[in-house]
Amino acid sequence: MYCLGVPIPILQMVLQHKDWHAFALVQSRLDEEGRRIFAFGAGLFVPALPTEENWLSAATVPHKKISKTRWRPLPPGSLQTAETFATGSWDNEENYVSMWSIGDFGNLDSDGGFEGDHQLLCSIKHHGDVMDLQFLDQERIVAASSTGCVTIFLHHPNNQTLSASQQWTAAHYHTGPGSPSCSNAPCTGVVCNNPEIVTVGEDGRINLFRADHKEAVRTIDNADSSTLHAVTFLRTPEILTVNSIGQLKIWDFRQQRNEPTQILSLTGDRVPLHCVDRHPNQQHVVATGGQDGMLSIWDVRQGTMPVSLLKAHEAEMWEVHFHPSNPDHLFTCSEDGSLWHWDASTDGPEKSSLFHQGGRNSTFLSHTISNQANVHQSLISSWLSTDPAKDRIEITSLLPNRTLSVNSLDVLGPCLVCGTDAEAIYVTRQLFS
Amino acid sequence: MEEFDGEPTVTWIPGVNSQKKQMCFDWGPGEMLVCETSFNKKEKSEMVAGCPFIHIIRKDIDVYSKILRKLFNESHGIFVGLQRIEEELTGKSRKAQLVRVSKNYRSVIRACMEEMHQFAVADKDSAIGRQFSSQVSILSAMELIWNLCEILFIEVAPAGPLLLYLLDWVRLHVCEVDSLSADVLGSENPSKHESFWNLVTTLVLQGRLDEARQMLSKEADSNPTSAGMCRVLGDLMRTMPILSPGNTQTLTELELRWQHWHEECERHLQDGTFASNPHLESLCKVLLGDDAALLEHKELLSNWYHFLVTRLLYSQPTVKPMDLHLYAQSSLDLFLGGESSPEPLDNILMAAFEFDIHQVIKECSIALSNWWFVAHLTDLLDHCKLLQSHNLYFGSNMREFLLLEYASGLFAHHSLWQLGVDYCDHCPELGRVSLELHIERIPLTTEQKALKVLRVCEQRQMTEQVRSICKVLAMKAVRNNRLGSALSWSIRAKDAAFATLVSDRFLRDYCERGCFSDLDLIDNLGPAMMLSDRLTFLGKYREFHRLYGEKCFVDAASLLLSLMTSQIAPRSFWMTLLTDALPLLEQKQVIFSAEQTYELLRCLEDLTSGRPLCGEPDAQQLQDDDIETTKVEILRLALARNLARSVIKEGSLEGS
Repeated sequence: MYCLGVPIPILQMVLQHKDWHAFALVQSRLDEEGRRIFAFGAGLFVPALPTEENWLSAATVPHKKISKTRWRPLPPGSLQTAETFATGSWDNEENYVSMWSIGDFGNLDSDGGFEGDHQLLCSIKHHGDVMDLQFLDQERIVAASSTGCVTIFLHHPNNQTLSASQQWTAAHYHTGPGSPSCSNAPCTGVVCNNPEIVTVGEDGRINLFRADHKEAVRTIDNADSSTLHAVTFLRTPEILTVNSIGQLKIWDFRQQRNEPTQILSLTGDRVPLHCVDRHPNQQHVVATGGQDGMLSIWDVRQGTMPVSLLKAHEAEMWEVHFHPSNPDHLFTCSEDGSLWHWDASTDGPEKSSLFHQGGRNSTFLSHTISNQANVHQSLISSWLSTDPAKDRIEITSLLPNRTLSVNSLDVLGPCLVCGTDAEAIYVTRQLFS
Repeated sequence: MEEFDGEPTVTWIPGVNSQKKQMCFDWGPGEMLVCETSFNKKEKSEMVAGCPFIHIIRKDIDVYSKILRKLFNESHGIFVGLQRIEEELTGKSRKAQLVRVSKNYRSVIRACMEEMHQFAVADKDSAIGRQFSSQVSILSAMELIWNLCEILFIEVAPAGPLLLYLLDWVRLHVCEVDSLSADVLGSENPSKHESFWNLVTTLVLQGRLDEARQMLSKEADSNPTSAGMCRVLGDLMRTMPILSPGNTQTLTELELRWQHWHEECERHLQDGTFASNPHLESLCKVLLGDDAALLEHKELLSNWYHFLVTRLLYSQPTVKPMDLHLYAQSSLDLFLGGESSPEPLDNILMAAFEFDIHQVIKECSIALSNWWFVAHLTDLLDHCKLLQSHNLYFGSNMREFLLLEYASGLFAHHSLWQLGVDYCDHCPELGRVSLELHIERIPLTTEQKALKVLRVCEQRQMTEQVRSICKVLAMKAVRNNRLGSALSWSIRAKDAAFATLVSDRFLRDYCERGCFSDLDLIDNLGPAMMLSDRLTFLGKYREFHRLYGEKCFVDAASLLLSLMTSQIAPRSFWMTLLTDALPLLEQKQVIFSAEQTYELLRCLEDLTSGRPLCGEPDAQQLQDDDIETTKVEILRLALARNLARSVIKEGSLEGS
């Protein structure tokens, strides 16, 4: 290595030149709608406690592609806003599960930006890519690994450490044709409903675990002939899985048969589905996102086809989330680097046009399968509405300039966090302002 | 034979046993060179025959730096943005855009520098810490060069403003004065501080005359005897004509006024106004731009380019860009004074002052250990339309060559490959080929990663690569006994041969187990069924089972027959199909018509007559043959009976 040798005290230089403030350090900017978007290249955080251990983790952890971001759930009845989230990384030689705090940034600094003291709380090495991440409760996070392993990590808020508290190795595995030995299969999705944990994988297997049980409570081998991409609870003990041939399957753990109780599918093209979320209040309303970037809304009570298909992103939709407390709002993110906010609330008088042009995306096309008769109007959620006059969805793009894939997002209250392949995490605390 | 521009670096490989005469190396995957070695990192090396280990040498090692990843990621975004602003803008707004892009690049370098500095400070004594500090100085030099290139090539400042930019440049990169200033002003009696005069001189050297005057007034306050002199010198500083951005005066006016001011300074010096105070006198000499007086402050100037800028400020404030290199060369010579030879950084800066862009890029390529800097700088300068004429005798042109070198470093990295894609996209000539070669070599650990790679290929209509990736995944799935997955992948790749192979596996499994697996997939094949004949057969055969299950016997029967008559069903499967026909033949009502029964008979005869006779059959085969013969017998009987029934039925229907 060649050293050109110009010894200059850097820090001081940076501080002295105020006009240099457009730093890429902590990017906080207003988007065109006046929302404040925070971007922090994940490496910029000084650890909270400058102990030996924290330095190590700070030095090695942050520069990773983010595969998952999840808010820590708030205690029931709490009036706080979200402030801690977990991230998982992928496609690195060493991957990590990390906890972050966005702290309290109430004050505007002189440049009009918030002085946030967001910081890395702690990290732990994770074997394999973090394929999915879910909070079991406030302290415990379940991580799904590309090695087929499912791990529960325990977060100790007192000394800010993470530890593996329970692990099911080889929860997902392939059995090769000739060899008796089995190879690991990536676990692609996990969903929790304390104490139950359901995992799905590339091996088409569904596992039901219970925290504190060493063995799987229930395993459905060959539940799917193709890869299962995601899973969610419909009504306990029913779950919903999506697979790579465009099918939605409902499974009931009360039944001993290893067959789905219902199969719904996109007709024709068999476009893989990558994500699924259930409406928080109306449990029959389900949203899925597919490989073609299409958002599908399903009513699992009737029909085997989606109620509506909405042309959305230009590439794989990696995640879809209904807002947990404001379910007329929906959020999606995609491989094409975009993060969208879908607003289907019809109470706004200003929303008079069918295709609202307010958002930056006019590539919005609503194609409704309208042969859905005898639906009780009073019970219809705004997502199931088939009346074109009422079919107003306002879409806003939340990220200013798209480059690489937005792999994951999570919403809680007014807060949204998302992680990208460009190794950045974006946080906003003013979704609805 | 080409000439080398510099000495090639030598890499030592530990544990090479040259006596064994088997020192070999080869290109590994990506940008690595692998060499045989008997050096064992972990344990004491044992004496083993041959060379049991390999040593890996990577080309662009900076790509693997954890902190520089931020530089790569952030600059990738800026790079993509720069390619988008292309063309639509012209003239001033375009220049403003390009300058903004250049500043963005520099701010990213600075951010990395700061972060790395923190690590260097935290880990001061270890080898890693030292490595960090050396990286900091490299980044700092990169930013220095970039900044100068920005002023000279992108901003293209004319005479007058040029000097102001250069002053900013020096102030930004020689900034010890700021800590010194805080130190002096923080003391009880600033003018008695030991570094007071150093501070004032440095301020004057950097052209920060307002601050220097404030300092002088402090001296005047505490030292009444020199108050008068301080006031005179302060007035000189105040009245120095400078070009301010908002001012409309012409250069000639400025030169005239500057000349007057210069003569006034000289008069004061000759009159001995400051004779009683050596400090003030030397400051006055600095204001006159006297080379010897400036060189007295070599320590404070710290480097030759500072000397150059100060010298220009006080002797040639309206220097033309084209004359810069003359002053630069003489400043370098004067400053080094023959004591030391110029370092690579000096050569690079000198090339920039000579407006020799290619030399700058060449020297940087040799001196720096990464491709990041030259690739991005060249790309930016290319957007300023400064590199048009230059073609290389290798690759296509310099911009593409450097970008692709950088991109291949990224592709070799296990995690940064996604960034490399966009760089290839913006190389019109060889980018596509390069991307095609790299993308196939990305290890596919999970389906999710594979999907991301596939998306890259599909967006660019790289059908050959899509096929090969899908085939890899399908093959993997077959190996893992995931036939459904394998079929999905081969359908996605439109790979008929592989679909046939997988369909055969399905049929074989059916024959062995008597039931189908993966019904969810086979029942929903849709138009994809047409991909290969075997797949069509699989789908149709499954449809037959479904029809049979739903008791649509007539439809099932005609489907079964058409599978054989249309030759979709493989010969080897005909026996199974005929056996499947048995229960239909034995139904109470007549299902196969007479004509259909004749067809079935013909199929059966085709099958039995075409059977080759083998030599000495063993016991197992005899038994198999026995079963086979019985099967044929039963079929013949059933067919004959059905024929009889159907003839009667058809005859009686027609008769009635």
